[in-house]
Parts: sequence; C-alpha cells; structure tokens
Amino acid sequence: MTPAGTAAAEAAFREERAAVLATLIRQLGDFALAEDALQDAFAAAIVAWSQDGVPQRPGAWITTTARRKAIDRLRRDRALADRVQRLGRIAELETPTADDDELEPSAVGDDRLRLIFTCCHPALAMPARVALTLRSLGGLTTGEIARAFLVEETAMAQRIVRAKRKIATARIPYRIPGDEELPDRLAGVLAVVYLVFNEGWSASAGERLVRGELCGEAIRLGRLLVRLMPDDPEVAALLALMLLHDSRRDARVGEHGELVALDDQDRARWDRGRIREGTTLLDAALRRRRPGTYQLQAAIAALHATAPSPAETDHAQIAALYGELARRAPSPVIDVNRAVALGRAGRAADGLALLAPLLSGAALARYAPLHAAHADLLERLGDERAAARAFARAASCADNAVARAELERRARRLAV
Amino acid sequence: MRGGNALEPIETATTVQVRDGETILTDGPFAETKEILGGYYLIDVPDLDAALGWAAKMPNIAYGKVEVRPIVVFD
Repeated sequence: MTPAGTAAAEAAFREERAAVLATLIRQLGDFALAEDALQDAFAAAIVAWSQDGVPQRPGAWITTTARRKAIDRLRRDRALADRVQRLGRIAELETPTADDDELEPSAVGDDRLRLIFTCCHPALAMPARVALTLRSLGGLTTGEIARAFLVEETAMAQRIVRAKRKIATARIPYRIPGDEELPDRLAGVLAVVYLVFNEGWSASAGERLVRGELCGEAIRLGRLLVRLMPDDPEVAALLALMLLHDSRRDARVGEHGELVALDDQDRARWDRGRIREGTTLLDAALRRRRPGTYQLQAAIAALHATAPSPAETDHAQIAALYGELARRAPSPVIDVNRAVALGRAGRAADGLALLAPLLSGAALARYAPLHAAHADLLERLGDERAAARAFARAASCADNAVARAELERRARRLAV
Repeated sequence: MRGGNALEPIETATTVQVRDGETILTDGPFAETKEILGGYYLIDVPDLDAALGWAAKMPNIAYGKVEVRPIVVFD
C-alpha cells in the first residue's frame, strides 16, 4: 500500500462521498448498510488503487465496489429475515445498463436531494437533522461535528445512530417530497442549513477556530442546494445571505479576538468576491418575482455590504425590508431591528412606538438588544437621561463582557 | 385475548397536530404526561409520510394530538 494510493483514495472519497452514499442508500434501502459498505469500499480502494492506479471514474468505482461489499455483508448477516429479497433486488442492479443509468448527473443529483430531504425530515429532532445532514452531505467527521457543537464525540455518534435507526424503523421515506409538501419541506431544509451557518457565526472568540468551519460547511451545502434546485429563488437567496454575512468574517474580529460591531468595521477588509457573488445571486433570485423571507434578509445584508460607510447606508430601505419581513414572519427580534433602522433613517419616534409594546411585555425583559435599541432611539430624540438608564439596563442584560463594557461606556457618557 | 401488538420504542415515535390549518410534526411521543391516550388505530401503509398523512386527517387533530409509532414486526 503506497501513500499515493491512500492519498488518492482519501481525496476521491472526500469529493464523492455524499453523491455515492446518496445513491447507495436508495439502491440498498438501508442507511446504515450503505455507510458500512462505503467504509469497506474505502479500505478496498486504498489497496487496489495503490497497485493499479486511480480508476478513470473514481465515483463509479466506489459505487460498484460498495454495492458488492453490501452484498457480502448481507450474505454474512443471517439474522436478517428479508436478506434474500434484499440480495435479489441488489443483484438486479448489477447489470451494466442499470449501472450506466445510475451515473447520469441528474440521477446522482436526485439521489442527493432525496438524502437531504430524508436527513431534514420533520419527524427527526432538529439537532438530529443538523448532525445527520452534516455527516451525510457535508465533509465533516462525527468528531468534527461533535467539537463544533461542543458535545462529546460519543454523544454525537449516539445522536446520529439514533436518527438513522428512526429513519429505518419508522420508515422515513427516501424521496423528494411531492409538489404539495415541497414548500414546507424545503423550508425545513433551508432552516437546517441556516442554523448550521448561525452556529458557526455566533461562536464566541475562544470557540471560533473549532466552530468557524460550520460557516464554510453551510455555504458548501448552500451551493449544493443551488446546484440541485437552480430555479428556487429562496434557495439562491439563502446562499446569498450566507455569503454576504461571511464577507465580513475577517473584519468582525479585532486584534485581541473581540467582535467588532458593523459600524466600526474596516470595510476595506470585507471580502469583495463574496459580496459580488452574493449580490449577483440575489439579483437573479429577485428577478423571479417570488419573494420570500431569505430574499428579504439577503436584501438587507446586501444594502449593508454595498454601502461605502454606515452613514451612507440606505436605512430607510432597510427599515422597509424589515417591515415586510415582520409581516411575513412576525417576530419581536425583527421588530427590534426594524426600530433601529427607523432611528437611523431619521424616524426615531416611529421606532420608539414600535418598541413600546415589547418594552411593556415580559418576553424580552432581559433581551439586551431591545434595551440598547431603546437607548439609541431615546438618545436620537435628545432624551439623554432616559437613554443613559436604558443603556445601563442593556448592559445589565448583556451576556458578553465586551458588549457589556461598551454599553456601560455609552451609559456613562450620557449620564455626565 | 383478542389481539395486541408490541410497539417500537418511543425513539421511533412522531407526534402530529394541526393548528390553524398547519400540520406540526414533533419528534418523539406526547410531551406532556397530562395527555392521555384516547384510542388507537392500526393502519398498514408503505412509509412514515403516508402514516403522518392519515394522522393529520383524524377528526380530533385540530385540538388533540396523534402519536404515530410503528408496531414491531416479529419475523
């Protein structure tokens, strides 16, 4: 076994794993068996490719070998009552015509979509959907996923095993949902991908090294979805949204690892390539005239990303987009953002009116951004005393030391 | 004895409810111990989506919940 063969096998498996796994799961009708067979094929590839070199189509080689390994496993496993039927069905796939059909790009793409929809099935708990999607379609190992979500590797492995068991026992189907179910189910898939991104994005300074790769992984999944569903504007908008946020990845971290607020970031450090890619995707999505919440969020992110400075940002337009977002997906957090944008657009009194019901309610009583927004609007209206009190309140709610120090500084500045 | 079935463990359960016309699926069995089992149906369908589709058509689904769970098939 040569290192070259091993390296080639590792590279091919990283590249082809998701596509091959997706096809195998459909052919074998068994998630766990497909993964085991794929592992066997990997071991076989290291040996065979060291001797004979890398085959012309590594993906096809891996699929065929894994299927034979699955047959071996089924033959050995006499505990399975239906193994004869299963062996018969798999043997049918061994004809050359079937083999060639499987390798059409569209067929492989469909298998990966089936896999995504199965991994993100609403009958699975959200953490299980996330773990399974990252493991099956992403390029992360169980250990890497565990570290990214700050849980023990054994616990993460257990979570993935249980999810696969539920898929098998409860018979979660392996298919792309029909037209009537598709919008709901697709929204569920996009939510999983965006959650992965946000987990990486919201990582604190100390965690960023381990968790940051979640952002890259989410963008990779976003690209895959765009490739598989090129006509859906929300799919494209989610990728645009993630790219636009990610363009600030370097600029939002200061010298000492602290987070830098949007207004204070050095805009020269924003990644122009990502911004261009994000806005191009978004423009194409908007032209389809089927608006949705990801398009609205991406449009807000694009206005920030393309503005030369905080002062030259179109805050009125941002406030209007938040208004539309609140109409489609009402949330007090969106209202807080909208109020801030109204204040910056010179409509602080309107912003204050929007916050009034949130301030009198109990739900967000300890939500620091609400009180910081309140303070900002009061300051714009010239009520410095009340603004100082609101900043102090915000500081007392902040769970992050850097943010707390900044809010305290602003409270003191006004109290003088 | 008239009949009976063993159920697969609760990890395989999915709970269905319909609120304001929206079908809401939750991983796992009834979350509240106050909820009581009011009856059961045994259906034979090809997969979970089909079972969930029938559950969402239950007459009480707009205020109650239906837990969907596979029975154990002994070979």
